[in-house]
This record gives sequence, C-alpha cells and structure tokens, in this order.
Amino acid sequence: MATKLDAGGANGHARVAYVNARLIDPAAGLDAPGALLTEGETIADLGPDLFKPGVPEGVATVDCKGLYLSPGLVDIRVQLREPGEEHKETISTAGAAAIAGGVTTMVCLPNTEPVIDDVAVVEFIARRARELKRAKVYAYAAATRGLKGKDITEMGLLSEAGAVGFTDGVRAIADAGVMRRALSYSTTFNALIVQHPEEPSLAGMGAMNEGEVATRLGIAGIPTAAESIIVGRDLRLVEMTGGRYHVAHVSTAETVELIRRAKAKGLSVTCDTAPPYFALNELAVGDYRSFAKLSPPLRSEQDRLAVVAGLADGTIDAIASDHAPQDQDSKRLPFVQAECGGIGLETLLALSLELYHNKKLGLIDVVRRLTEAPARILGLKAGRLEKGAPADLLLFDPARPWVVQERAIRSKSKNTPFERRPVQGMAVRTVIDGRTVFQAAA
Amino acid sequence: MSPALTAISNTGTAPLRFPHRNLLGIEGLSADEITFLLDLADSYVQQNREADKKSTILRGRTIINLFFENSTRTRTSFELAGKRLGGDVINMSVSTSSIKKGETLIDTAMTLNAMHPDVLVVRHPDSGAVALLSQKVNCAVINGGDGSHEHPTQALLDALTIRRRRGKLQGLLVAICGDILHSRVARSNIQLLQIMGARVRLIAPATLLPAAAERLGAEVFLDMRKGLKDCDIVMMLRLQTERMQGSFVPSIREYFHFFGLDYDKLSAAKPDALIMHPGPMNRGVEIDSEVADDIDRSVIREQVEMGVAVRMAVLDALTRDPAQRNAPHGK
Repeated sequence: MATKLDAGGANGHARVAYVNARLIDPAAGLDAPGALLTEGETIADLGPDLFKPGVPEGVATVDCKGLYLSPGLVDIRVQLREPGEEHKETISTAGAAAIAGGVTTMVCLPNTEPVIDDVAVVEFIARRARELKRAKVYAYAAATRGLKGKDITEMGLLSEAGAVGFTDGVRAIADAGVMRRALSYSTTFNALIVQHPEEPSLAGMGAMNEGEVATRLGIAGIPTAAESIIVGRDLRLVEMTGGRYHVAHVSTAETVELIRRAKAKGLSVTCDTAPPYFALNELAVGDYRSFAKLSPPLRSEQDRLAVVAGLADGTIDAIASDHAPQDQDSKRLPFVQAECGGIGLETLLALSLELYHNKKLGLIDVVRRLTEAPARILGLKAGRLEKGAPADLLLFDPARPWVVQERAIRSKSKNTPFERRPVQGMAVRTVIDGRTVFQAAA
Repeated sequence: MSPALTAISNTGTAPLRFPHRNLLGIEGLSADEITFLLDLADSYVQQNREADKKSTILRGRTIINLFFENSTRTRTSFELAGKRLGGDVINMSVSTSSIKKGETLIDTAMTLNAMHPDVLVVRHPDSGAVALLSQKVNCAVINGGDGSHEHPTQALLDALTIRRRRGKLQGLLVAICGDILHSRVARSNIQLLQIMGARVRLIAPATLLPAAAERLGAEVFLDMRKGLKDCDIVMMLRLQTERMQGSFVPSIREYFHFFGLDYDKLSAAKPDALIMHPGPMNRGVEIDSEVADDIDRSVIREQVEMGVAVRMAVLDALTRDPAQRNAPHGK
C-alpha cells in the first residue's frame, strides 16, 4: 500500500474515502464493488455508486485495489492477562496483536487478578484500553464472585458499568443451583450468561480428549460427555428461567446437535467456536505437544467435522479466537502439567478463511461469524458497515499466503498450536474510529 | 380522623357475623366477610384512641399467643388486642416451650387444648403448620404467620390502612415490591386485594419471584420504574439479610440501587401514592430513610396502629358465638 500509516488521520473530522473496494457487510447482505467514506470516527456513506464521479477535494483517498473492505473483526473471547499476569500478555501487546489480525473489538474474560467481579475493575479495563487507542476492549464480568462458582455477582451494577456479559471464564458454572440462579437473576437485567462448557467432575484430571490417542499416549482423557452434559443441563435451565445463554468454544458433535435442537425449539441460546476446533483435531497433540493442550481439548476428526457443519448451517453463530496467552514456563512442562490454551488473535482471520477456501462456507458467512454475529450476541455497536456506525474497518486480502511463525508473532506469548502452518488471507489495513491503526507490509 | 371514614361505614351487604371458626388465611374469605372485619376494626380504631381503651367483650376468655418464630410486633399487637378487649393473654414462645425438648407440634396442640383456651394465635416457620394445629384443637385458631404461606391479619391491617386513606380498595393499583418469594405478607395481600377489586403488581428481581408468580393473577415486573408507573399504593417488603449475600441477590448496594424505594423510583408512581411496609424495615436496603419517614406519603406507622384494631376485630369476630367453636372446621 502506498498510503502512509497515518492516512485517515489523527484529525477528528478528517474525511477518508476508501475507493476501489470490494464492500462486504453480512448484516446488509452486501458483497459488491464500491467505496466507503469515513468522517471523523464514523462511517459517513458507502455503496457501489459512491465516488463514481470521483472523490471530492479535501478528502484523503485510500485505494483498496479491489481488496475486501469489511467491518473490523469482533473477537468475543480473549484473555488479556492484565491486570495480574502481565508477563504473559498486556492490554497493549494484545491490542497490537489484535489490530495486526484485523480485530477491532475484543471482549476479555474476567479471569484476571483481581478478578473482574467488581465495577472498579471493569472501569480499569475500559480506561486502559482507551488510553492505548488500539483495539476496542469490552469486558465480561464474573458470573460468580471470585469465579468461585457460589455467589452471583452484582450483574445490574456491573452491566451499568459496561460489562457485556457474565461468565466464570475458563471455569464452568458447575453447580446446577448456582447456574439456575445466575440465569434467573440475569433476566432482571436482560444480561447474557456465557458458559465454559465442561463438567469438572467428568473432566477430572484429564488433559486431552478421551479416546484412542489419549489411550496410546497414556494421558487421562476428558470425555465429550463432559461438554454435552453441562450444555444439556444448562439448556434445560434456560428453558426454565428464560435466561439468555451463550456456549463458548463448542468442540463436540454432541454439543452442536444439542444446540441445533435448542434453537429449533426457540430457546434463547447462541454459541461460538474457535479455530482450533474446526482446523485441528486431537492428532495435533502428536508427541506430547503442550501448545496443542487446549481447553476444551482438541477433539476427534468426527467432532471437528461436526463443528464445521455447525458453522455452515448457522448452529454455531460466531468464531472467536479464544486467545489464551501462556508464557514459556507455563508450557515447557510435561504435557499433563502444562497450562491450557493457545494464542489466536493474529491467526483468527486466516484460519477462519480456510472454511471459505475449503468451500465449507461462503466468504460473506465467514465474515458474518467474525463480525455481525458476535456483535449482535453481545449487543455491541460494532460489526456492521452502515452510515453512522463507528468506522471500525478491515481491509483484507483473502488469498494472500503466509506461514504462521513464532518470530512474527506480536503477542507477548508465542503459544500457538498453528506454528509453521501455511495459511491464506491477511489483514492489509485495520481502521478503528476512522484512524488507520495497522497496515501490513507490502 | 380521616375524612374518608364516613364513606366507608357498613355497605349493607356485609354479614352481621363472621361465619368461620378460624382465621387461617385470606384464601376462602369473601369480599363481604373481609368488609365485615374491616368495618368492625374501624370501630376499634376509635376505641384505641380513647383514654380508656379497655372493654369487656373478651372477659373470661383465654388467648394463647403461641409463637414458634421470633416476633415482637405481631405478638405485642395480638397481646394488646386481647387485653384491650378484656381477655386473659398468655404468651408462649418456642424457646420456653417443650418443643425444644422434642415434643411434636400436634402434642403441643393437644396439651394446650386440654387447658381450654378460647383462641390460639399461632406463628410457625413452616407453611401449613398452623392449619395442621387447628385440626387438633377445639378453640379458634388465628394464623399469625405460617412460613411463606399466609399472614392474614397483616393483609387485613394493610387493607384497613388503605381503605381509611383512600375510602375504598376497589380499582386501586397496588405494587408489592421485593422479596415476594419468601413473603407470606405478599401471598395474603395478593389475595385480599384482588378479592376486594384492586389490581396487583409484583415487582422483584427474578430470583425473588416464585416460579409461578404470574399465575397468582398479578402482573409481574422486573423493573421498579416500569412496575410503579401509575400505582396508587406502594407496598415494600422486608428483605431478610440472610438472603442477601450472593444466593438470591448479590449485594445490598445492588439491591438498593435497583429495588430500594427512593424518591427517584417513587416518582414513577402516582404523585399521591402511599408507601407501606409491614416492618421491621431495613433502611437503606429496601427503602430509603427519607421516603420511609415522609409524613405525607408513608403510612408505615399507621399500619402498626391499624394492626391492633384489626386483631381486636378478629378476636371479637371469632369469639362472638361460642356455638361456632363446635362447628366443623372450614368455610
């Protein structure tokens, strides 16, 4: 790209024309060549005919060269590690990784130190993110105090402070009575409860998917039933309480089917998955690779195919990165002792585009699962190209090939399960509130 | 005296006596029977304001206040009511009774029955316990509150308070706010108000609403401002602090912020809406102190006064015709 990084300017009322773009906006069903105008922090106009006669004087121009201009990606499952574990990641380093990956909005989990279960911590995260001016950051608050799974949090006050949903992060809300109460109480404020679907008493000491691979490696397994049992239980509680419920990182065929049936029944349920669950299976654990130790664990090929099918038919609403930074000390351990999780902000777009390249989903549907759908689940003002919306944009080249390599990773932690994987599709320019915050090297 | 008082004297349709042996709940009472009790209570309000408050209607009668649950207000109110009518009142509370020594409820009832009381006023922490006890005794039984089931004299005193202020119950819009789930006061009031032609709204966080709240005939709201809109009467319920920490609601500050009655939320109700509370109040939890003490709006102290009159009326009504005591239980 010829334009300098600051095109689109710091000037609050600057007008920038994005011409020669392929506009893609799933919310409007738009996929057509055209142009878009931003004015200050918002989208002022867009359409196939905009600037047909030429760009007026005084408007900066970005030539998109036929690449796709979409809403910036909305990643609804990110662990920032700040406050508390800044040696693994910070709001600043995660922000740098996010914008390089085309993510303009992140929603962070409450499993920080201190836990996000208090209004003051929600406000701290929002202030830090504002100061850094990288990706926008929203926070989930804890569903139970201290993530202890017992007493529900101040969902009303936390919602007023800006918490977009309630979850115990990487822990399940395991007690059925507590879950009932959380779902019931949340209806008072129309708040969303997000579940990490794993029944702890079935997961036990398990470290990977229960099955042949775990058997051969001699590692205690986590059965798929650990996921489907808690989702099945929760769906029954949703029916009882009328709560709004979201299942994070769906990983099994059984769960996909449970949610498919619940949606057919009209229950207020949504779900997401993450790239490892449609782009990898348990074989990635290979020779005890701790970078492939995730939570939920990588599943069987049959589960992976069911997740792909769930994405294709819309049972799975959204794709999130499930970004979980772990430092070397946490991963360079015997497999069973290593921490769970993989980073994902910088690979979210390219891995999701594999679904398009493999002809499982249309491009507009891939973009929908990364933008409009997650924004809608959480009620965020993001994920759409429309007049008056925040000018959070992603210009991307779906075909551009690259290889995931540790040295190019911007995240503070480097624990990707996709190391050395050749992928296709790259963020070329990321715009937040009308300001270009990232441009890829040519 | 309220200027409305003249408007509320006998409608002519009320019966001349109360046809039930016991007062176990509001459920099953007719509008006429309720009106009869309220009219009778009205006359006792006057008696209680005289220098000489005592009459002889219950002379020679024995009333036992049998309280299996702590209470100061209700027990004192019943005790005063009995004494002002000239009866002999004995208070028995659980800590001094043989219940602690393992006697069953029914054994206690039989023992007390052998002492020939005329009225038993019973409060018990378990729903249904008072009705069970009433089946084993020969005397009249008044439910002084059973578990989360009924507290009929509270509903009657609330109705009397409203009627004296507004002249009627018919057509009023009444909001009952707070811990509906555990409240016997709410269950009695929901029934009484609807029997008398008032419309009832329930306002609470979802965790403090019973599962089938909407089946009680009331409209259910999760938001105070929406629920209080256009209400004539705002009844606040006590939130028990042992229910505060995390289980039903997460904290006092959150509860007060969203469900505590303050002037801001109250502004949604009618400008002259009355504020009621069965007591004891948790100031700063379910009600702001300023609102509770607002002499133009709050009738909380008046409720206490009406309580004695209502209990006198109930004691009077249940002891008027001794032949009734041998009649079969029921309506």
